[in-house]
Amino acid sequence: MADLRSLYQEVIVDHTKSPRNFGVIDTATHHAEGYNPLCGDKLSLFLKINAEHIIEDIRFIGEGCSISTASASLMTETLKGKDLDHATALFHAFHHMLTHDGDCPNDLGKLAVLSGVSEFPARIKCATLAWHTFEAAIANKLAAVSTE
Amino acid sequence: MLDIAKIRADFPILHREIHGQPLVYLDNAATTQKPQCVIDALTHYYQDENANIHRGVHYLSMEATRLYEHAREKVKNFIHAASVEEIIFVRGTTEAINLVAQSFVRSQVTKGDEILITAMEHHANIVPWQFVCEQTGAVLKVLPIDQQGNLLVEQLAAYLTPRTKICAITHIANAIGTVNPIKAIIAECHAAGVPVLIDGAQAIAHTPVDVQALDCDFYAFSGHKLLGPTGIGVLYGKKALLAAMPPYQGGGDMIRTVSFEKTTFNVLPHKFEAGTPNIAGAIGLGVAIDYLQCIGLTAINAYEQQLLRYATASILEIPGVRLLGTAHEKASILAFVMQSAHPHDIGTILDQHGIAIRAGHHCAMPLMAFFNVPASARISVSFYNTFAEIDCAMEALSEVNKIFA
Repeated sequence: MADLRSLYQEVIVDHTKSPRNFGVIDTATHHAEGYNPLCGDKLSLFLKINAEHIIEDIRFIGEGCSISTASASLMTETLKGKDLDHATALFHAFHHMLTHDGDCPNDLGKLAVLSGVSEFPARIKCATLAWHTFEAAIANKLAAVSTE
Repeated sequence: MLDIAKIRADFPILHREIHGQPLVYLDNAATTQKPQCVIDALTHYYQDENANIHRGVHYLSMEATRLYEHAREKVKNFIHAASVEEIIFVRGTTEAINLVAQSFVRSQVTKGDEILITAMEHHANIVPWQFVCEQTGAVLKVLPIDQQGNLLVEQLAAYLTPRTKICAITHIANAIGTVNPIKAIIAECHAAGVPVLIDGAQAIAHTPVDVQALDCDFYAFSGHKLLGPTGIGVLYGKKALLAAMPPYQGGGDMIRTVSFEKTTFNVLPHKFEAGTPNIAGAIGLGVAIDYLQCIGLTAINAYEQQLLRYATASILEIPGVRLLGTAHEKASILAFVMQSAHPHDIGTILDQHGIAIRAGHHCAMPLMAFFNVPASARISVSFYNTFAEIDCAMEALSEVNKIFA
């Protein structure tokens, strides 16, 4: 069961049970809805981005599996205070890690705890849902983003 | 008494390992595994008998035609239809329901007419009717269920109006296992002049079906849910209804004569089988039916009910489990959610133990909404499963609680 322990690490279980930055931002500048029709995971992401393209605040609400909830929680922690270019680079690095056997190209910090997901192809979409929703929000896409 | 060890020896896939553990296959409501005789029938057909049917004067074509039509005869006997003309080979339950929706119902309904289904239907028995509603202005009516997943049969009379053109209802609900009292429902619908289609996808491998005793107008099922190949299924329809219906698809085999001015159609059942069908699939389905009948559906049902009772008692001992669907009469399907984990996490953890279950909305999103869950986990048991396999699944569910403790 070594694989399962690498997937459901303590940090991930902790973020599942107590997701950080869980809530809405009434004065959000950017917002998007994420949905994974395969498992029914839903995510609503709120961002407050200032004129210098810095993410001043980021929060989410929604319901989903452990991986999607923990990933969203870790994403908000990581992205708060970052500028958009840096955030986009992190998304690409994160995506690379999940689709290349957990290989960490950059310093992903806490996000590296999700590297175990790469061993579970059926769950990669769970881990990337929050990030795809983030991408949709900053592109000002109004429609719900779907991982399908 | 079934000899489970002997039965399991007939299914090669049950002896493989998944993630280093013996496979425990508990996703039988999605599809069943295939016995060696069915696998051999497919190989044998393509190796020794392959030809197109109803066309050639050559030996192989006649042989393939004979085998294909013999499979139809087996299906007819299996569900006690009056004649082989009432057995239409289709791709599966989904195509069978679409065929009835478009060929039988669409031409009969006008704006404001009603199509009656139930709250526990699979998407395959919802969406084809929504198409007809969009095309005609008909209205979809939904007979409700109670919190245990029992159909509120006592409300049926109120839902049967002079405008009801068809009642389409599942025999056994795929997501929660409810067995519906379809014989009484059919009688009540007929008394109101409403024809009935039964979605038999889940029922066909678990309970004997006699379409004449039921007096249903249509009965649809898929081969792959009763040990047969994918891509082959059956629509049973009463001959008088099928004869009056226009063809569903046009093409070869379904015609008698074709000219650019006028085409005449073939007789039943060929009128509804345009193009080269899944010949090998039909033959494989016939062999699967032989195999099932050899074991006996009554014995299968009795054993599966034992497994269901055992699994139900076991799962309720696991803290935080909530069962969805606890109807009075149930097939061997256990749908549940856990307080500690999302169904997809349950599915992943069980998979690492070699245990295959379904996690998700089970193609029944309205039903998930009714139970106020985004998704559920589902254990579905077949007669080749064992009590030890149930134990194995329960141990893994306990581990789910440990991981998310």
